[in-house]
Amino acid sequence: MLGAITLLLVYQLVGEVIALAFKLPVPGPVIGMLLLFLTLLARGSVADGLRNTANGLLSHLSLLFVPAGTGVMVHLGRVAGEWLPIAAALIGSTVLTIAVTALVMRALMSRKERA
Amino acid sequence: MTPKVLDIWVYLSATPLLGLTITLLVYQAAYWIYQRANFNPLLNPVALAVATLVLLLTLTGTPYQTYFDGAQFVHFLLGPATVALAIPLYAQLDKLKSLLLPLLAALLAGALTAIVSAVGIAWLLGASRTTLISLAPKSVTTPIAMGITEKMGGLPSLTAVLVVATGIIGAVTAKYVLDFLRVRDHGVRGFAVGVAAHGIGTARAFQVSEEAGAFAGLAMGLNGLATALLFPLLIWLFGRD
Repeated sequence: MLGAITLLLVYQLVGEVIALAFKLPVPGPVIGMLLLFLTLLARGSVADGLRNTANGLLSHLSLLFVPAGTGVMVHLGRVAGEWLPIAAALIGSTVLTIAVTALVMRALMSRKERA
Repeated sequence: MTPKVLDIWVYLSATPLLGLTITLLVYQAAYWIYQRANFNPLLNPVALAVATLVLLLTLTGTPYQTYFDGAQFVHFLLGPATVALAIPLYAQLDKLKSLLLPLLAALLAGALTAIVSAVGIAWLLGASRTTLISLAPKSVTTPIAMGITEKMGGLPSLTAVLVVATGIIGAVTAKYVLDFLRVRDHGVRGFAVGVAAHGIGTARAFQVSEEAGAFAGLAMGLNGLATALLFPLLIWLFGRD
């Protein structure tokens, strides 16, 4: 587990360094994820320790958003002042995004099945 | 409070221990309720935990910064968790290859819809420029969204809140939206939730099925990437400051 956590942190760090060095608009952890994905492709397998640690971390993914979400208390003034555009944008856009993504994917999948 | 209890409180409230412990306790209590309710999407554990924490902090007069000094250890794990998404992504490699075109088309359509509709709706209803910028990357996971907002001159901490709110809304509404559209395939359902509602949607999808979760994780990673790459488009939308 220690090895796996170290590995994830090293990939994140390398990602951050690449993002900073080349002034990329892509955040470091995403570059780290891509690099790890490419490494796994090249290796052709995932070590058990890495898989278990990753699954453990991802199974509590929603916990990791709690500290940032609690930050709403700092922005209560702005959120209260602009509650209508914010609420309408969040709800409307999220529902639309789910619908558009699902419909586009399903349409292209069934066309593929028909072919 | 008696003086002695007050002393203990003054000491504890100044250490990161309290913020960290209370986050874990409150989240697990919220998750327990969610589990007890058979994973009813309306009792989203993130929403319950955030509401409880805001209430507790407000009642005790604790500033958010003091709380965050402890909670940052949980927040920090978002980075390694993003890197860890490479593993479920790799596990779905075969499906990924066979569905490459539908996945990429759905990703692009979803990523654009998420940005343009959020900014469009808020703009029509008269939101300020700062709010518009902070809203734009709301569908991608927190570290990515905050990075984008920061570079565009929005408020990263406001974006973090909007991202979490989006995740909760997605996790709560996805079932009803997808049932209404009669989308039954778990891969499609998961992917749609992952594009729209990042990690919170992904956590929800994993509770529904392994397949939905893997596709949601894939979507979350890809949308993080797509939105970061659509960054120049955002700058064009807002103009450079």
